Amino acid sequence: MSTTGTALDTGEQIGAIATLRRGIHYSPELTEGFRVTLLLALIASIGQVIVPVTVQRTVDHGLNAPGGPDVSYVVEMGIAAALAISLTSWASYAMTRRLFATSERGLATLRIKAFRHVHDLPLLTQNTERRGALVSRVTSDVDQVSQFLVFGGLLLIVSVGQVLVATVVMVIYSWQLALVVWVCFAPLFLSLRYFQQKLSAAYGVVRGQVGVMLSAIAEPVVGAAVVRSYAVEDRTQARIDEAIDEYKAASTRAQGFTAFSFSLGGVSAGLANAGVIVVGVWLGFAGDITAGTVLAFAYLVTLFVGPVQMGTQILTDAQNAIVSWRRVIGILDTPADLVDPGPDGATLPHRAADVCFRHVLFAYPGGPPVLRDIDLEIPAGRRVAVVGETGSGKSTIAKLLTRLMDPTEGAVLLDGVDVRSISQQSLRRSVVLVPQEGFLFDDTVAANVRYGRLDATDEEIVAAADAIGLGDWLAGLPRGIATQVGQRGESLSAGERQLVALWRAQLADPDLLVLDEATSAVDPALEMRIGQALERLMTGRTSVTIAHRLTTAERADEVVVVDRGRIVQRGPHAELAQQDGSVYASLYASWVAQQGR
Amino acid sequence: MSTPLVPMSVNGRWVGIAWAGRGFPAGARVRRGVVSERRSRRGTTSDGFRVLWVAIKREPWIFAVSTLGSVLFGALTVADAWVLGWATDHVVLPAFDTGEIAPELLLAVVALFLGVAILRAVGIVARRLGAGVMQYRMQAHTRRAVTRQYLSLPMEWHQRHPTGQLLSNANSDVEAAWGPIAPLPMAVGTVAMMVIAIAQMFAADLVLAMVGLLVFPAVVVANLGYQHYASPLMTKAQQLRAELSEVAHESFDGAMVVKTLGREAEETDRFAEIALRLRDVNIRAGRIRAAFDPILAALPSLGVLVVLAVGVARVVSGATDPGAVVTVSYLLTIVSFPIRSIGWLLGEFPRSVVGYERVQHVLEATGEMTYGAEPATRSAGGARLEVRHLGYRYDPEQSLLDDVSFTAEPGRTVALVGATASGKSTLTGLMTRLVDPDEGAVLLDGTDLRELAQGELASVVSLVPQTAFLFDDTVRGNVTLGADVPDGAVWEALRAAQADGFVAALPHGLDTRLGERGTSLSGGQRQRISLARALVRRPRLLVLDDATSAVDPEVEARILEALRSGAQESTLVVVAYRKATIALADEVVHLEDGRVADRGTHDELLARSPAYAHLVNAYEVAAELVGEAE
Repeated sequence: MSTTGTALDTGEQIGAIATLRRGIHYSPELTEGFRVTLLLALIASIGQVIVPVTVQRTVDHGLNAPGGPDVSYVVEMGIAAALAISLTSWASYAMTRRLFATSERGLATLRIKAFRHVHDLPLLTQNTERRGALVSRVTSDVDQVSQFLVFGGLLLIVSVGQVLVATVVMVIYSWQLALVVWVCFAPLFLSLRYFQQKLSAAYGVVRGQVGVMLSAIAEPVVGAAVVRSYAVEDRTQARIDEAIDEYKAASTRAQGFTAFSFSLGGVSAGLANAGVIVVGVWLGFAGDITAGTVLAFAYLVTLFVGPVQMGTQILTDAQNAIVSWRRVIGILDTPADLVDPGPDGATLPHRAADVCFRHVLFAYPGGPPVLRDIDLEIPAGRRVAVVGETGSGKSTIAKLLTRLMDPTEGAVLLDGVDVRSISQQSLRRSVVLVPQEGFLFDDTVAANVRYGRLDATDEEIVAAADAIGLGDWLAGLPRGIATQVGQRGESLSAGERQLVALWRAQLADPDLLVLDEATSAVDPALEMRIGQALERLMTGRTSVTIAHRLTTAERADEVVVVDRGRIVQRGPHAELAQQDGSVYASLYASWVAQQGR
Repeated sequence: MSTPLVPMSVNGRWVGIAWAGRGFPAGARVRRGVVSERRSRRGTTSDGFRVLWVAIKREPWIFAVSTLGSVLFGALTVADAWVLGWATDHVVLPAFDTGEIAPELLLAVVALFLGVAILRAVGIVARRLGAGVMQYRMQAHTRRAVTRQYLSLPMEWHQRHPTGQLLSNANSDVEAAWGPIAPLPMAVGTVAMMVIAIAQMFAADLVLAMVGLLVFPAVVVANLGYQHYASPLMTKAQQLRAELSEVAHESFDGAMVVKTLGREAEETDRFAEIALRLRDVNIRAGRIRAAFDPILAALPSLGVLVVLAVGVARVVSGATDPGAVVTVSYLLTIVSFPIRSIGWLLGEFPRSVVGYERVQHVLEATGEMTYGAEPATRSAGGARLEVRHLGYRYDPEQSLLDDVSFTAEPGRTVALVGATASGKSTLTGLMTRLVDPDEGAVLLDGTDLRELAQGELASVVSLVPQTAFLFDDTVRGNVTLGADVPDGAVWEALRAAQADGFVAALPHGLDTRLGERGTSLSGGQRQRISLARALVRRPRLLVLDDATSAVDPEVEARILEALRSGAQESTLVVVAYRKATIALADEVVHLEDGRVADRGTHDELLARSPAYAHLVNAYEVAAELVGEAE
């Protein structure tokens, strides 16, 4: 479904390092005090070698001391080691604390920025993306990054630190044996990249299959009535089973890769252990090395292996975290198409607005023009109905008027001012769109109406209801304006949601009202009420209605007929209906026939 | 799907920064109040084991394989220490003492280390793959069972359960229920490993083993302390994640309203408030982790130091040899890390038990629809539908339909007209046996719907509901629903439903996939595909429940024309608001509050019933009185 230029940036093009750089750019907190954290991490990793070194010294100089075991030496070593462990434990505490604080702060910032940016994205992009996908970018994707940074990221730093510390210590003990260890691990390091790619691909398949499976599982629930009335239970179950099996197969495959790649580290470790003993003994004969050194090395190998395995595992998980991070960054990297001139912008006076379209052309990025050669003047206070077939471009006019989109060429002017140079604050105050579907938030009726003007008192809200004749309907609500509307307003009927949307518009008190007429049929009694409310709402304002019913056109001061992106007719209904062979006349004829009049 | 950062196998003495990351499940499964605070710890633990036992009974072989793998891994990790000890005493120290070594001894060292490493790798693969397969299989079994329930439970049950809840039952609850399977083999293996390690320690030196054993209770106490302080915060974080997701969902759903009223800043504040609370909770959880991790890491290290000190004294007194000291200190560090996997297992239990119970609620639901044995009449032409004294109530106090009777003769069209909540949709559900009546009966060609064999009704009756539901399938699949229908017939149905034009314009025509619930189509287009699905079956009774409400009036007119022109000889029952649709009917049934207020032709009703006239003329009345009516 995505058209060039409308889809969100998935960020797939940028590499891991670039992701990190962009990520830090959006969450500057991440680098705060990073050097101190790193220093603490280094101290903490040194803690890991204390015990093996102590064991080695104890065995070499305590147990096997010339002239028998030296108890006081062992005790001194033990006390020194205990003190060192206390120090490194404290460093580990301080480091973890800092890392949590900076990561969580940085990611909270990222989350909030990304959320805000979703609202600033072009309408088209918002509509193209699946809701769930957008939500996951500001919720679970950020959680994934957070989890990686505070657990994986920390461990990765510590692991790399430990590998380095272990290597340094090993080289100090015996560079020959250190070389043996590195040679044994070389195949693992060399194959790492290959496995990462395999794993990344395998988990990509898993992610895809989850989507398919969830969609299949939803069918018997969301489509319960259809499945039953068409008796397609078996077919539906077969589709679900297939999706479940495919998910299982993909997961198993990915798990197999993980298990196999993980087991490689163990084999390398065995190889290294054997190598150290054999080469160590051989070096011992040459007099280059002591028994204690060989034994310490056996410890050091495991000190080396632990972080290597940990690091390998983290790199695997990092694939997921990086994909998530990219998806969040992708939101922020997608440009918001509408630029708010801010406080520098013009402010419109509070009176019925006059509207002008000047040589407007609109095309979606990479697409053919949806509207062209649009020149239209609407004097203040006039009621205009825009009609045309589905796909004629009439809804685009509403979006340009309310600056949900900007024209590709030409300009839309309100009171003679280009909408692009009006501050958003002033524009949103002056122009209100009542969309087709009256979307409500899961809150009270009052809270939903107040969305139109945030500082309105309850009295003003009730007054607005009376002003458009909703007083008695409001009185019939179980808890008046404190009635809860439910999720998406679903406790109310479609018609009632429309009423609340009109009420909200009345409270907002716009100078230009843009209505995208609802197409779905509602209860006739409510239909009548909506009509009355609309009538009163339009009084004293300029209004542009995207009309799907010609009764609306009949009552408008002027009808604008749009056909294939152009204005083909303008004038009062009566006049246009008389123009034989015109677009409007044929629309009207079929409407009349359909109404059975 | 993310891989949670799973417990790592730990080679030897590496006692890294601890890893209790499972408290933060990947992908933030969002549910509110999942963890019952009232549930006592003991109750959860025993219930958690009970849930696991269900899985073990269901997949005993895979469980055995993964557990054996884990035990093998544990045993070999210990064996690694033994090999090292053996090599110290029999190879390294003698070699350095005497200055010579038998080549076969060196070979044995290599063989032992490599053999142990390879077997251990086999153990890892068996454990991890086994745990994965067991978990995925259990998920698949449960999801199949749950969706089968969804398909067989009656509509009434569906109506009583919110969609979101049912979807999460089949998805995240299943995932939560079987979550503990992932750390299970590791935990079982750890227990085995501890037993072996302790035995080894005792075999090496009794006193040193006693000293070393003090470390285990200390680690367990520290772990419990961590769980005690951290788990309330993790529960809190889960709740906040759920809230965060709810706000984001709602806010993005209402993006248009937010944009057009310029409320972006207020929405961001609403989201930021929760995001910042989540941040603070996470930071607090981080502090607790920061405090406990070093303690857990330091305990075994301190234990080793004590073992060394005591060990030296014992070597001096000749009570033991240096190899025993090395072995005991090595074993200590090996076991101290994996011991925490038991903590991870127990940490998964609360979520698991709640998830399992929610799934069981679905699986234990009863009320399957029963069917008779009668075949449906399949002759050509419309069916005769008789609705006889029908009564239906949602709950005992609230009657939705009361004593409704009417007949639709073969090939005739009946319109059901009434205000919102007058019972029209309920009636269509009864006519197509989505639900059964409490009183009275619906008869098709003289046979009570309840007498018909399973699948018979669907072969002659089609319902087109108000909200079109499309499958994540191709256009063809959505129209035929898997029946073997030639393309010509599919196109014919699409044409009658006025859907041929836009379907032909789709990139792959009939083979275009429509995506989840047909999101790529407009509401009107979805309704038309849904209508074509009914028409292609040439039903003898076609029930339209306001099925063209989202279609442009002009297109709707053409659909009605096609239905009227008689290419389909079905009996037709339509629920409608629009006058043009109503006027098409041979007879109108006017419903008021679940009762038949009047029956007759449109003109008759208009003439004699003011309430009816008021209802159907409301459009025009509204239009004429006030103009811009919608």
